[in-house]
Amino acid sequence: MTINSLIIEALQIILVIGLAPAFAGWVRTLKCWFQGRSTPGIFQPYRDLRKLFSKEVVLAHNASWIFRFTPYLLFGTAVLVGGIIPIISVDLPLAATADVIVVVFIFAIARFFLALAGMDIGTAFGGMGSSREMMIASLAEPAMLMAIFTVSLVNKSTSLAEIVQVIYNTPPELNPSLAFAFVAFILILLAETGRVPVDNPATHLELTMIHEGMILEYSGRHLALIEWTSMMKLYLFTSLAIAAFAPWGIATKGSLDALPLAFGIMIAKLGVAGLIIVLIETGLAKMRLFRVPEFLGTAFLLATLGMLSFFMLD
Amino acid sequence: MNYDPITIALLSILIFLGAALIAPLLRRSQTSLINISFILASIASFMAVAAGYFTVENAVVNTMILPIGLPDLPFHFRLDPLAGFFLVVVGLLSFFVSIYSIGYVKGYLGNRSVTSLAVFYCLFIAGMLLVVLADDALCFLVSWEIMAGASYFLVMFENERAENRRAALLYLIIAHVGAIAILLAFGIMAGFGSGSVFDGYTFDAMRKADIPVEWATAAFFLSFFGFAAKAGVIPLHAWLPEAHPAAPSNVSALMSGVMLKTAIYGIIRITFDIIHVFPWWWGAIVLTFGLISTVMGVLYALMQHDLKKLLAYHSVENIGIILIGVGLSMVFIAFKLPLLAALGLIAGLYHTINHAMFKGLLFMGAGAVLHATGERNMEEMGGLIHKMPWTAAMFLVACMSISALPPFNGFVSEWLMFQAFLLSPALPNQILILLIPLGASLLALSGALAAACFVKAFGVTFLGHWRGHHKCRAHEVDWSMRSGMLMAGGSCLLLGILPTIFIDWVDIIAEHFVGSTISLSASQYGWMWLTPVSYERASYSGITVFIGILVVLAVTYALLHVSPGMIRRSHIWDCGFKKINSRMQYNATSFAQPIRRIFGFLFNIIERTEQAPHAGHQAFPKKLHYYLSVRDRLWKWLYKPFVDSSFWISKQAGKLQQGHIQTYLIYSFITLIALLVFLR
Amino acid sequence: MEFTIDTASHVINFLAALLLLTSFAMLAQRKIYGLIHLFVWQGIFLAANTAFVGFMADKSHLFISAILTVGLKVFLLPYIFYKLIHLLDIRKEVENVVNISTLMFIGIGLVIFSYYLTSPVRELSTLMTRPTLAIALASVLIGLLMIITRKNAVTQVIGFLAMENGLFFAATSATYGMPLVVELGVALDILIAALIFGIFFFHINTTFDSLSVDQMARLKEDEPDE
Repeated sequence: MTINSLIIEALQIILVIGLAPAFAGWVRTLKCWFQGRSTPGIFQPYRDLRKLFSKEVVLAHNASWIFRFTPYLLFGTAVLVGGIIPIISVDLPLAATADVIVVVFIFAIARFFLALAGMDIGTAFGGMGSSREMMIASLAEPAMLMAIFTVSLVNKSTSLAEIVQVIYNTPPELNPSLAFAFVAFILILLAETGRVPVDNPATHLELTMIHEGMILEYSGRHLALIEWTSMMKLYLFTSLAIAAFAPWGIATKGSLDALPLAFGIMIAKLGVAGLIIVLIETGLAKMRLFRVPEFLGTAFLLATLGMLSFFMLD
Repeated sequence: MNYDPITIALLSILIFLGAALIAPLLRRSQTSLINISFILASIASFMAVAAGYFTVENAVVNTMILPIGLPDLPFHFRLDPLAGFFLVVVGLLSFFVSIYSIGYVKGYLGNRSVTSLAVFYCLFIAGMLLVVLADDALCFLVSWEIMAGASYFLVMFENERAENRRAALLYLIIAHVGAIAILLAFGIMAGFGSGSVFDGYTFDAMRKADIPVEWATAAFFLSFFGFAAKAGVIPLHAWLPEAHPAAPSNVSALMSGVMLKTAIYGIIRITFDIIHVFPWWWGAIVLTFGLISTVMGVLYALMQHDLKKLLAYHSVENIGIILIGVGLSMVFIAFKLPLLAALGLIAGLYHTINHAMFKGLLFMGAGAVLHATGERNMEEMGGLIHKMPWTAAMFLVACMSISALPPFNGFVSEWLMFQAFLLSPALPNQILILLIPLGASLLALSGALAAACFVKAFGVTFLGHWRGHHKCRAHEVDWSMRSGMLMAGGSCLLLGILPTIFIDWVDIIAEHFVGSTISLSASQYGWMWLTPVSYERASYSGITVFIGILVVLAVTYALLHVSPGMIRRSHIWDCGFKKINSRMQYNATSFAQPIRRIFGFLFNIIERTEQAPHAGHQAFPKKLHYYLSVRDRLWKWLYKPFVDSSFWISKQAGKLQQGHIQTYLIYSFITLIALLVFLR
Repeated sequence: MEFTIDTASHVINFLAALLLLTSFAMLAQRKIYGLIHLFVWQGIFLAANTAFVGFMADKSHLFISAILTVGLKVFLLPYIFYKLIHLLDIRKEVENVVNISTLMFIGIGLVIFSYYLTSPVRELSTLMTRPTLAIALASVLIGLLMIITRKNAVTQVIGFLAMENGLFFAATSATYGMPLVVELGVALDILIAALIFGIFFFHINTTFDSLSVDQMARLKEDEPDE
């Protein structure tokens, strides 16, 4: 654990916190372009957050400490994961803290508490959001695990830093199992981050809400923190996909001068990732809730095919 | 007097038996009965923990032969690291629950006499400790019976309710069917272990015996069947969700937390220790049953609205998870992969103690809620976090632990199990390496479903508004119940953030049975990082996750929090509908509805809605009647045919009883002639 | 272009994986047009694989097979199907006997089973297409599954053709293709079969006003006083 690695760690955390709204803004801008609407610009999420921070916090009479505690916990888990996934460099002291499975379960903590916060106020909307969110999560987990399993089979590790190193050290090749796992991972990303076709992040109809339903009662800086967390979650899941499947460009151990190049490549990759996400979101309609199991079943099937092809085609 | 661990353990059993004996003498003064019995129980539990800890720490093996029992068949006792581990499991939870019971049982004062509760509670724990220490078949089975019998009386404690009596009867029947199977298994092994004198009944003789593979398989199947019946593995689980809720909550905590573990102890003892050589497909069978129990257990739990029944079904799930670890270990041993086998076994043992801790805490919390509100039905509860903050906080800790969320203990054992699954490609069998990852995804499914179930359990019970019809008269529980829960919660956290220390301690068991340890690799990178196989392969640092989250939380809170004076309290968002009331919240049935709809094909679900229309207008219902029944398919397919055929056989056999003396004399005459012919 | 054996086997494996993917996608399809599109893609992957194997193993008759495949399975047969669906006004949804999730699980089971079944052959083979034999067998079995679980005759025929694709792929994997004469004969058989199916569909449709196989169950002997 050298000074360099501590600096890199701090830089990456600041990057995750600072850049996540811009990534969300990029996704929204692309969506506007595709849908032929005029766009408020990439930096609109920053303005939204600033507005929310300045607003008053209004709580229901029976909101308990869980309700008040959840936004901070969510933000904390997202920041912690931001320090673990290799985004600009592999040399992160926190990377030893967690492998991919731990990262998935840290996100599960956030989801658990958000679902509890949805139940806390005692309205029908919160309960609806919580119950649907937990259902979708329970179906996404097997698919996610199968995709991780396939990736770890190919790279012989579940530690993200190690996966990046292994991919660097082996010559690039057309690996069908990784291709299957990648497509499955995209589908799971859409489910976990609450994008179309699983959940519409811009909906205002309570009966169609899943994520929005759980946070319906939040206001002010609590809501700001939760919005920021969901932007960071999108950023982190995308970075996880990049690190596991296409990590070229991430700086390897040590030097600080490889960072600007890594940063530039990261921006380019995020741009492409945003494009892929928006293409899918624009091309598909939001599914009704009980079609989501089929969607996630497809993801599980693809990941399983990936795992089977690893053994069969070798 | 020498202070061997086995002496201390036997002493603690004696204290339990003593407490059981003196309890009836104190029945005049129930309060002092409760205080004395449970304080004695906690002291004895602590001694058991100390003895077990010392044994595992120093890899001691003690044996003792006591001349109780039958004339030529004395009782053998043995305290080796495996038994020591289970002593710690039993003793630790008993310690917490005994302290909890001081307050809990006082809730029964004035309603009924608690003498039988105190007596059988002590006998129950004594029976469990004896089972773990037994070193021969006779002692084992006698202790098994003590345990089963004492728990039967405990389940029957509130016997004025018909469902409790029925539950106790079902429990007794299945326990005894299992005990017969175990007896037969011991019989087979003892038969091959005997010399000219019948001394084959000791475990030592069975270990040395050379049992041919078909008989060993028969013994394995019989013993697995018997222990699975006690552990609540599907399909022999039907008694669990009836018996555990019927018993008083401190007893339920012990039954779910440690009694099921004695069955796991039995499986490990017989398979790894006594029959130590086995083919891989035994492990595959254990793994399969473990996976089925895991998934079906959690799905059954999701369908429940009775809090204790929900927790009981979760025990089925977690026993399944332990069996997954044990099964994987067996498969790896058969293929001569000792490091992976050690990983699987350690994962299974880790989950054993984890489950004891968090399930005990969950039942203690449910008992506290029952004690405070008189309700077990979640649909009538809500908003208890405001009235019972400590209970709520401890229940939340347990919910997080059982949902396998870092940094608590449930996560560590599940993570180790996932790592064991991920290492399965090392197996030489082509088909197994394709099928085992599918098992891993089933484990992930059950983990996520468990999290959903506990969001439901905690959310419906503690959050929201009070859903009951009568006024909520809940209050926080007293110090003894709180301290029992706090200690269990603290151990959940400690087991979660200090896994390397635990693995260092428990590794000796893996070394004994598998011939390999993982503690060297596990703490290779330092005590804070758990690297079961190697650093490059996977690493997890529970304490860093814990501290990391706390630090970020604290910093964020310090920078951004709103002072309480600046928060405005207001009404909830009701979408313009003014008459919103507490019945409009989500409750347990509605929360589980999406999952019920997706997985409902596994059950027998009948769902009906009837509307009584308003006199004024057809479209507006005056009254809505909703009926939901979720039945276990296994009742119809397995239990009912079994019961029906048993009745039929009994009826046929009953025809032998004609009632005439001549007929009975003829039977005796025929038997006499037959014996004379065959024994000529 | 020079390919090493390693790269070549990667390409072949990738095409095999795509073939398997199209088989599963055909199992999961809900619309007839989607089914036909997937059949076209399967033909393309099959032809590409055949041509590539022919290039690497220096068997020129495989090029001819590839061209035949493209002609028949990518152009002619799909065209015939389009015409049939239009002429007979067939319902555009695919009806299954069991639901799609169950079909998927059975499909995965079949893949594992094929892998298990072909393991002895795999040990003996020395060809670069060795690993793909299991996928070929799986495609055949999945085609059979499609025939069993579909209710509409057109979709069953597509299942039959998918089976044939799998067999063709198996031939390429196991022995670098069948002799050209055999392949020409098979291609001719398929053409004739397609024509005959077309005629039959037309007749069945006019008799029963539907191509659903449930209706065809009425063909069994009934009581005289019906």
